[in-house]
Amino acid sequence: MSLIRVDNVSFGYTAERRILDGVSLDIAPGDTIGLVGESGSGKTTLLRLLLGLTRPDSGSITFDGQQLDPTNRSFMRDFRKQAQVVFQDPYSSLDPRQNIGAIIAEPLRSLKVPGDHATMIGEALEAVGLTRDIVTRYPHQFSGGQRQRIAIARAIVAGPRLLLADEAVSALDLTTRIRIVDLLARVSKTMSLLFVSHDIGVVAALCRRIVILEQGRVVEQGETRAVLANPQHPYTQRLLASVPRLTIKKASS
Amino acid sequence: MSALLDIQNLTISAGDTTLVSNLSFTLAKGERLGLIGESGSGKSLTSLAATGLLPAGLSADGSVILDDQQVIGSKDSTINRLRGTAVAMVFQEPLTALDPLMRVGKQVAEPLARRARRDGRPLTGAALNQAVLALLDDVALPEPARLARAYPHELSGGQRQRIAIAMALACQPDLLIADEPTTALDVTTQAEILGLLDRLVRERNMALLFISHDLPVVANTVERVVVLRQGITVETGPVASVFANPRHDYTRSLLAAAQRLDHALEGKP
Repeated sequence: MSLIRVDNVSFGYTAERRILDGVSLDIAPGDTIGLVGESGSGKTTLLRLLLGLTRPDSGSITFDGQQLDPTNRSFMRDFRKQAQVVFQDPYSSLDPRQNIGAIIAEPLRSLKVPGDHATMIGEALEAVGLTRDIVTRYPHQFSGGQRQRIAIARAIVAGPRLLLADEAVSALDLTTRIRIVDLLARVSKTMSLLFVSHDIGVVAALCRRIVILEQGRVVEQGETRAVLANPQHPYTQRLLASVPRLTIKKASS
Repeated sequence: MSALLDIQNLTISAGDTTLVSNLSFTLAKGERLGLIGESGSGKSLTSLAATGLLPAGLSADGSVILDDQQVIGSKDSTINRLRGTAVAMVFQEPLTALDPLMRVGKQVAEPLARRARRDGRPLTGAALNQAVLALLDDVALPEPARLARAYPHELSGGQRQRIAIAMALACQPDLLIADEPTTALDVTTQAEILGLLDRLVRERNMALLFISHDLPVVANTVERVVVLRQGITVETGPVASVFANPRHDYTRSLLAAAQRLDHALEGKP
């Protein structure tokens, strides 16, 4: 059974203009899915729907077979334990006034997760390649890549089944980006990952499946390798042709 | 022939902190050079120093000769004559580079008229409008007459960057400095803008100083590269040989990272 099933979902902020139009996709337990789209594709809106922050105009989203319903508070609290997010900007997603320990403890506290929180925080920090002793320090003492590790530690500390990442490596330098991609690959071995990105190269390196979104419609989806090797839709073809490659074209005279 | 831009032993510091140290390179007419580096490498500071635009509090030492004029230590009024004749710039974010309250046609008209005045053959009225439309056409904007009357917020990111490029070209510069000109754009738009820059630089025989963190973009845009890391030049040379045979560990690590994504796209492990 799918962990998340998006079935024929449409959404618009106004009646005239649809942001999402008949979107369907499935996330199987343990799978890694990359959602690729350019500006205006609706990828961020789809993520908001998946988080239960907004309800679709039509169609349905189910988590573990149950309808995602923002008005059902006990269900939503349980859902938040199971689905966590990492955002794009590691500078604005961590509260500057809280120390690292308090930041990572936040989901444990607000979701009333039982158990020894200090041990869980220590384990989460080690899982993202940081040391336990940084809990007393503050976000400004860390680099962008380290902050993103802290954000990932916060996302995984409560043991979610689904990690949603919204452009989680886009703001990072290339070498840092690759390290965080490797970290997410490691983390995703124990949970499902939905990775939203405009960068098809990063998705290719990280995700088993790929979903291509263009102006609110899924134009192509499938196994990443198969889609990259043989893109069917003209938009996917254009997207792939546009990505600059390292291989230098014929030297210009 | 003397270089258009000749930077020797450029050091930029903020108080006791050195941000760029002992950077040297030259750029001749028609040449295309890439400055590569990650955040904090000093690549943007270098372009600001080259045009005398370093923010207050930062000091530059060494020599920056732009069109036979020493930039470091010169009065702003002296360098101001070079800006918009010898050199023009395109920045990363076209929305902040444009005046939100002015129609874009008028924004392109300003540098056009100024350049014409400096050359002693002023452009006004219908002739100026004609020149604006010709320039918008040259940067491949559709329906120049309609778009000239638009405000920046009515344009897409790619169209805004084309306007910013048109403004730079209006100056007829010998050197174009492009600082991450496609970083804020979608990848399909990026491909169009890179193609446009390539054509314009060739047609007008401009020199290009291209600043980017994106190795594949640099690989396809310039002939020579300078690799910067925390203000220090780690490697320099023709782009093909630096990328094929990097000598410095840092260049190697950058290339390895870029190659990972390249290979992933090719379906290789």
